[in-house]
Amino acid sequence: MSDERTYSILEARGLSAGYGSGDAIRNVNMHFYDKRITAIIGPSGCGKSTLIRCLNRMHEEIPGTQVRGVVALSERNIFHMDPVRLRRQVGMVFQRPNPFPTMSIFRNVAAGLILNGLRGERSLAEVVETSLRQAALFDEVKDKLDQPALNLSGGQQQRLCIARALAVEPKVLLLDEPCSALDPIATAKIEELLLQLKDQLTIVMVTHNMQQAARVSDWTGFMLMGELVEFGRTDEIFTTPRDPRTQDYITGRFG
Amino acid sequence: MSKGGAVAGLTERAGDRLFRYGVLCAGLAVVGLAAALALELASGSRLAWSEFGPAFLWSSSWNPVSERFGALPFLYGTLVSSALALAIAGPLGVGSAIFLAELAPRRISDACCFFIEILAAVPSVVLGLMGIFILVPGVRAVSPFLIEHLGFLPFFRGTPYGVGMLTAGLILSIMILPYITSISREVLLSVPRPLKEAALALGATRWETVRLVSLPYARSGILGAVFLALGRALGETMAVTMVIGNSPRISASLFDPAYTMAAVLANELAEATSDLHLHALMAIAGTLFMLTLGMNALARWMILGTPTARRRP
Repeated sequence: MSDERTYSILEARGLSAGYGSGDAIRNVNMHFYDKRITAIIGPSGCGKSTLIRCLNRMHEEIPGTQVRGVVALSERNIFHMDPVRLRRQVGMVFQRPNPFPTMSIFRNVAAGLILNGLRGERSLAEVVETSLRQAALFDEVKDKLDQPALNLSGGQQQRLCIARALAVEPKVLLLDEPCSALDPIATAKIEELLLQLKDQLTIVMVTHNMQQAARVSDWTGFMLMGELVEFGRTDEIFTTPRDPRTQDYITGRFG
Repeated sequence: MSKGGAVAGLTERAGDRLFRYGVLCAGLAVVGLAAALALELASGSRLAWSEFGPAFLWSSSWNPVSERFGALPFLYGTLVSSALALAIAGPLGVGSAIFLAELAPRRISDACCFFIEILAAVPSVVLGLMGIFILVPGVRAVSPFLIEHLGFLPFFRGTPYGVGMLTAGLILSIMILPYITSISREVLLSVPRPLKEAALALGATRWETVRLVSLPYARSGILGAVFLALGRALGETMAVTMVIGNSPRISASLFDPAYTMAAVLANELAEATSDLHLHALMAIAGTLFMLTLGMNALARWMILGTPTARRRP
């Protein structure tokens, strides 16, 4: 099973992870294709957040987490990489919008660049503008870049967080239920944005909203109780699932 | 207050009223106490103010025999010893708070914090004794080294007696360190986890996360801790009296003995025989009162001036 027009940039091989007692995910094998959107769906507690956190080693911020197996970014095992450098290539957007409250809108987007040092010829202001445009936020905030980020609405804050992640030009963007704290209109904007962004980078998103996965993603993985039950093209997963458990979930029989 | 309590039973309203007047009395008592204190300090010091005028604050002679009184040496001693304490304990306290909150495993952090808080409970006279037996000989031992290598600065000249401004600053820094550390740690621990994760996910190192997220977020709280500690240092009496040397003079050298406002009150109040002497001491007490009050007001103003504090109710 592969995508003939692209290649797998990120790959999990035999990945298991757990917090102390028992594994939250078991033996996950999954490909994430370059410049495609991959959705991970499943009921609460199925391990989808654990899986996505392992992809840029954010799981290490929870004490006592153990991981076995391999995650390869362009064929390099990320567990042998410097986590700081890894996270500059694999960015993350979280469930609740989390802009830095003490900073202005501009500084929020610039934060990653100030940390990592500016690359190339472009000025900070240019990169901030580009990133905000990519996140479809620039027109809404261009006159108030120096205002506190917390003055924005929830949906705008989440797009600001996406702009902040984009500013360091990651290869992969991980989104952990990015719309679960947002209203339907803000959600629609983010979905539209993701579809625009996939020309530029690889997107992995966790969602418990099946319609969202069906609308946005190219590939879908269905997880249940720590296992990746089925992984395939989104249209196939939603129309002709091979596993009866997937069938049950997408038809709403549980979850 | 709403008057639409027609539905509420009579007893409940009586209870409400009782409660309201009860807490009103408690509130007024606190304000009244502070006012009474200020009034007493003002009336008890009026002879000194009428005799010397505001020059009392910047006159540097203190001679109970010839009845010349000026508060400057004490003001100087209090401010310099407290500033010294803050210069030592501030970076140390905030640094250890960062370690305890951000780097140390939670169990070790909690255990350390327990001992730090015990340090805050040590009576100041005990710390003073420790100062006399450990710090004074210690300062005497390291002073020649400081004089030799840093003697080009005016702060490190003169005769090292052991007792003096430097020793007082050190003992004060030990006393205020627990406040700075434990409050700063508490504030740093309250920094929301998602904010730290946001910085880490951007490729920030642990130190960068502290600098980018935790410190700005916790700034108002840490400032509050520092000023609380400063208030404590300004008013601290016993331990300082035991090691500062109690000599009312102003000298740039940190080795020289000095005197603080609190120390002169403790030493001379019981022996003041003349009315003017007593009133001069009360004037010093009033000045100290105003100083700590001003410091607290400044702290509040600074805390309210930070962006996070303004948004949080």
